[in-house]
Amino acid sequence: MPASRRSHPDGPEKEMDRSRQESQGKPPIRLLLVDDEKGFVEVLAKRLAKRNILTTQAFSGTEGIQLLRRSDFDVAVLDLKLGDMDGIEILKIFKKMDPEMPVIMLTGHGSETASIEGMRYGAFDYLTKPHELAELVDKINEAVRHRKRTEDTDETPSRG
Amino acid sequence: MNRKTIPLSPYYRSLTRNMVLLVIMISFTPMLLVTVITLDRFSASHHEKVYAHLGELVLKHKQNIDSFLVEKLQNIRFLADTIDFDQCGHQNMIEGHLARLQRAYGPVFVDLGVVNEQGQQVAYTGPFRLEEALYSDADWFKRAIESRYFTSDVFLGLRGAPHFIISARKTCQDQKWIIRATIDFVEFNRLVEKIRIGKTGFAYILNREGRFQTKPIFDFTPDLDIYNRYFSTLERMGKEVEIQERLDSYGVRSIYVSALLKGGDWLLVYKQASSDAFSDLRNAQTIAIVFFLLGGVAIVAMAIWMSGKMVRRIATSDQEKEIMNEQVIETGKLASVGELAAGIAHEINNPVAIMVEEAGWLQDLMEDGAYKSDADIKEFERALDQIRTQGKRCKEITHKLLSFARKTDSRIEDFEVGHLIEELVALSAQRAKYSNVELITRLEPKLPAISASQSELQQVFLNLINNALDAMDKTGGTLEISAKQEEGQIVIDVSDNGPGIPRANLARIFDPFFTTKPVGSGTGLGLSICYGIIHKMGGEITVKSTVDVGTTFGIRVPAKTDEAVENKAVSATDTCN
Repeated sequence: MPASRRSHPDGPEKEMDRSRQESQGKPPIRLLLVDDEKGFVEVLAKRLAKRNILTTQAFSGTEGIQLLRRSDFDVAVLDLKLGDMDGIEILKIFKKMDPEMPVIMLTGHGSETASIEGMRYGAFDYLTKPHELAELVDKINEAVRHRKRTEDTDETPSRG
Repeated sequence: MNRKTIPLSPYYRSLTRNMVLLVIMISFTPMLLVTVITLDRFSASHHEKVYAHLGELVLKHKQNIDSFLVEKLQNIRFLADTIDFDQCGHQNMIEGHLARLQRAYGPVFVDLGVVNEQGQQVAYTGPFRLEEALYSDADWFKRAIESRYFTSDVFLGLRGAPHFIISARKTCQDQKWIIRATIDFVEFNRLVEKIRIGKTGFAYILNREGRFQTKPIFDFTPDLDIYNRYFSTLERMGKEVEIQERLDSYGVRSIYVSALLKGGDWLLVYKQASSDAFSDLRNAQTIAIVFFLLGGVAIVAMAIWMSGKMVRRIATSDQEKEIMNEQVIETGKLASVGELAAGIAHEINNPVAIMVEEAGWLQDLMEDGAYKSDADIKEFERALDQIRTQGKRCKEITHKLLSFARKTDSRIEDFEVGHLIEELVALSAQRAKYSNVELITRLEPKLPAISASQSELQQVFLNLINNALDAMDKTGGTLEISAKQEEGQIVIDVSDNGPGIPRANLARIFDPFFTTKPVGSGTGLGLSICYGIIHKMGGEITVKSTVDVGTTFGIRVPAKTDEAVENKAVSATDTCN
């Protein structure tokens, strides 16, 4: 389980420090954050900005799809419970539009079935709300690293 | 033992009473019929038997007595034929005849005499001193001289003792002679005296004047009218024996059996008190009635005991069922609350997540040392504001949940249903949002109160809302809850425009354990519990559904009467104005 792997003995503060220092000097990660809880999206965007993650905010599924149509993102974080559209449907559309982009799902407690369904449709990972920011940042970084790795391995055979 | 002392409610008492009455009626009716019919038939046949027996008896004795009289008459006739009246004056000759008669027939003939046409006894032999007696004025002589043979009624005569006379007339030397014999009254009386049956049965003979011709065992004065009627009845009908049952002069019901004697001159009457004649029947009836009463007492005791026992058992099983029902409702409530809790948890997670992030953001800012400039402080204030706002949101949610949870007892109280519906709608709002369902309420203001358990009614609506939301989970839609007053009832409709319920399932929808949800996710009890709760309140719940159009659950519950009346009055005045 990713969640258990990430539990740190030093506590969240230390972890947060590490996540902020790690990201120094690198080009920022472009993140698409889709959640209909406006206050949550805004504060999360601010905090992620401090960790070298550039967040584009979308407050509904439709907005998220529109944003993805206009520009590319390294990674997407998608709340499965949205007012206008079913999260799984949005995930499917995202995967269709940009199959390479890893999608991390946010779900409420007790909706693990939805998360598992999401994994089947190609989501990268999932987090249960409320979560630690460090967990999210770790997952985002991991997703980006994973994407790079797969792109590299994809390129290797073409070079050789 | 304890249970026995618990007094039963009026319902069970009336149930017991009905059962007792029914059992008694069912058991008694055939018993009564059998007893009555048997007794009646038995009594009828017994009467017939007794009548036949008495008739036979009287007939036999009538023949006996008649033949006695005829025989005696023949004796005298024979004597008259053999006597030579020229020597009538010879005392010795008559003496010899009497001695012969007495030798041949016993002491029946008391005396013997010869009377001439003038009524002068010319010869006499016997115990009395009646030689030379003059009979010219005696009734019997006047009649005897008229007919060839004559048997008189019983009379005292010259000797001053009851006796009767048998005479034969003979003409000799242009003179009419009468030879007469006196019949011993005791001997004759014995013929009738020996007719005795039971304690009260006895016989007597009457002549046409209603005088006794025999000495009855029980003395009484015969009523001439009645006996004249017997005479005429017997003569008219040509019957040999007449049997009647009537009250005698002492008011005792008696059987009278009568027959004509002596060519219609005398009447042989046998009398016996009915109670004596039918004593066997009476005994049989008494036994039957005793058995009937004993049986009746046994049946009543049995009916009371058995019904009491059965009703106790029914009451106990009702009680157990009641407890079971409560448990089922409680279980159902837990299930529906569980479903609700999932929605609430999601709802509460959002503000919590925001608060956590805002706190983290403040920490981020502090780590950067950014708490000097006005802009930084503004940011701090905004974040704290946000935390406060989100905290309030959490508080509201927990309040809603608490107000729901507080109503856990199934106490019956009067309340207005609109408020309860609104609370539940608020609780379900988040779930509805995630299912893309628009929740609409149309609640008539100032609805009269209803009398119910809030907790149970909550469960009903929660079940209906949860079901509707489940049904529209994939598709989304509208869920409308309306409440209005109609003819003293509160009518609440819960209608969705979801996929609808197939006709095949519609009939079974309120059945317990009927579910279309996958195994493990539905108990199949929700709607059956709703049905039970609404019916317990004296209301009804119905369902209308069309596939692809939607489903409407209609609930009708009686409004609290006095308030309903009050409200009607108010609305009436409103329309008047």
